[in-house]
Amino acid sequence: MRSKTKTAAKPRIGVFKFASCDGCQLSLLDAEDELLAVVGAVEIAYFPEASRTMLKGPYDIGLVEGSITTHHDAERIQEVRRKCKKLITIGACATAGGIQALRNWKDVDEFVRVVYASPQFISTLKLSTPIAEHVPVDFELRGCPINKYQLIELITATLCGRKPNIPTYSVCMECKRKANVCIAVARGTACLGPVTQAGCGALCPGFDRGCYGCFGPMESPNTASLTNQFRVMGQSDPQIARAFRSFNAWAWQFRKASEECERP
Amino acid sequence: MNGRGGRTIKVDTLARVEGEGALYIKMAGDRVADVKLKVYEPPRMFEAFLRGRHFSEAPDITARICGICPIAYQMSAVHAIERALDVKIDPAVRLLRRLFYCGEWIESHALHVYMLHAPDFLGYADVIEMAQDHRAIVEKALRLKKIGNHLVQVLGGREIHPISAAVGGFHKTPAQAQLHDLVSDLEWALEASLETVRWAATLQFPKFEQEYEFVALRHPEEYPLNEGRLVSNHGLDIDASEYEDRFLEVHVKHSNALQSILRGKGSYLVGPLARFNLNFDRLPEVARKVATEAGLKPPVKNPFKSIVVRAVELVFACAEALRIIAVYEPPSAPRVPVANRAATGQAITEAPRGILYHRYSIDENGLIRTAKIVPPTSQNQKRIEDDLREYAAQLAAWPLEEATWKCEQAVRCYDPCISCATHFLKVVIERE
Repeated sequence: MRSKTKTAAKPRIGVFKFASCDGCQLSLLDAEDELLAVVGAVEIAYFPEASRTMLKGPYDIGLVEGSITTHHDAERIQEVRRKCKKLITIGACATAGGIQALRNWKDVDEFVRVVYASPQFISTLKLSTPIAEHVPVDFELRGCPINKYQLIELITATLCGRKPNIPTYSVCMECKRKANVCIAVARGTACLGPVTQAGCGALCPGFDRGCYGCFGPMESPNTASLTNQFRVMGQSDPQIARAFRSFNAWAWQFRKASEECERP
Repeated sequence: MNGRGGRTIKVDTLARVEGEGALYIKMAGDRVADVKLKVYEPPRMFEAFLRGRHFSEAPDITARICGICPIAYQMSAVHAIERALDVKIDPAVRLLRRLFYCGEWIESHALHVYMLHAPDFLGYADVIEMAQDHRAIVEKALRLKKIGNHLVQVLGGREIHPISAAVGGFHKTPAQAQLHDLVSDLEWALEASLETVRWAATLQFPKFEQEYEFVALRHPEEYPLNEGRLVSNHGLDIDASEYEDRFLEVHVKHSNALQSILRGKGSYLVGPLARFNLNFDRLPEVARKVATEAGLKPPVKNPFKSIVVRAVELVFACAEALRIIAVYEPPSAPRVPVANRAATGQAITEAPRGILYHRYSIDENGLIRTAKIVPPTSQNQKRIEDDLREYAAQLAAWPLEEATWKCEQAVRCYDPCISCATHFLKVVIERE
């Protein structure tokens, strides 16, 4: 077995997983053109999905995927934070609790009984929460999944000590820049683009469907106005509530918007 | 090391698997006292929160079970719902879905063969270390993977959680020209995949064969992806609607993943080995020929050879993608309209790691009443434990560190996706 050559000069990166689908950390391996350059510039000290070498901290950058859903993970994130100089959360699970935060409106014990024959073997928290509810986070990279080019920009910026160029405006900006015809205006399709942060490249309108909010709320979303617009388009309140309640359901702006649709 | 003494093989965090799990093997002398594949990936409970969502949301939501094989989830979801609601899709849509799946197979198999599995055979901790000595191989792997991802992007907008799959078809279908642009890359990928088979066949495999019950889809003409009856080498031959009569999910204390067993029998094996052994005659000639040259003859019973079989499936996926692109004509509409109705439907498709079962019951408003999802890794989990029980016994006299690495490798043969089965892998060998 070969051991990893110690290269003390290179910044050390650790990749940590909590409740998630693995897709956001896979984004790093999916950066096929950049991967060898990235791993040439840093030392991948801890990345179990890619390597059986697991070096102890401290790490210069910790990339954290996933949400906190168990007591054990609530303790583990404290330990991860202690070992990382900069802690970056990647993806909707880590930044907003993910799709598994749908439990937050329900009885989690009932959920466990639905899925597992022996619920007593399962230990889980009532809420699925983002990392920043547990420890200070240096940067939250949005997306379900994240955009791999934004990830590389963020790693580069962090290593250079500059601010990353990651816009917080809405998907509408990207849509206009691509010269897409607005599907909400032209076709009356319900689209979360006006309240959702850019980053995907306005994919869904380009595929003839409304944005469904993968990148979470943009910096100043007017969800009340969009809710009214959806009603004008003929959407029912339960439909609107479901639209806000998906991969970024627990992000407070979307959470508030969905709860307002449920008010009697 | 003293093979007589008891010991524990313990891997607390299994590396190079998707998701989080641990392996724990307790040895008493040469005898394996206990094997536990622990999935400590926290439960996310998709089946519970799918209730009350509209069926049209199922492909987007279930994709999030797994970032490695989202298309598999989207395909099983749309097929199960279409079967429930008796939706007939356009033949061109059917072809496109097959093409979409080929993209995921190429991307996922290239990732596993070269980046997760090959380092074990060549003696590296990971692909990054491997790249220092084998840069050309790694560059080839990355290009192959990128071509699979690119195919998915063209059809689905992005490689992880693509956005085009819909009940009834796609949100948007590509123009012929968009697909023709992929041909030269796919021709390169086909050549690279053939080289991958020849290269993988030269690796050293432990002598380890087991009598498996292989379970895979079988289609009258095609190598299985989206359709077929579920068959085994021990006489199983059923429709997806009979799946739950024959298979049972068992909840064991040490794992957050449910283990699936064949009722009255026990463990079984799904994935590349099962597909290859049951469907060799359905492979295109180019894949059959290279497999035969590489010395593969069904039934392949050595799980370590799954790396070669995965490479053969890469050849299949590239050849099939080229075949589909050559005959593709866009459908008259991207999807057929689907009305709300109370119904229940099941479907099984072949994820890169093996069969993926979905069942949905829908109410008259189109809202999901109940959902059941059985991912491939839940189905292989018990089989992995059974393999390890045999394999660890063979390693009783080996130094603990090497035995541990070997056991990890045995687990990685299955390309386990613990994100799916809840989700990671750690190995512990305890010798008393």
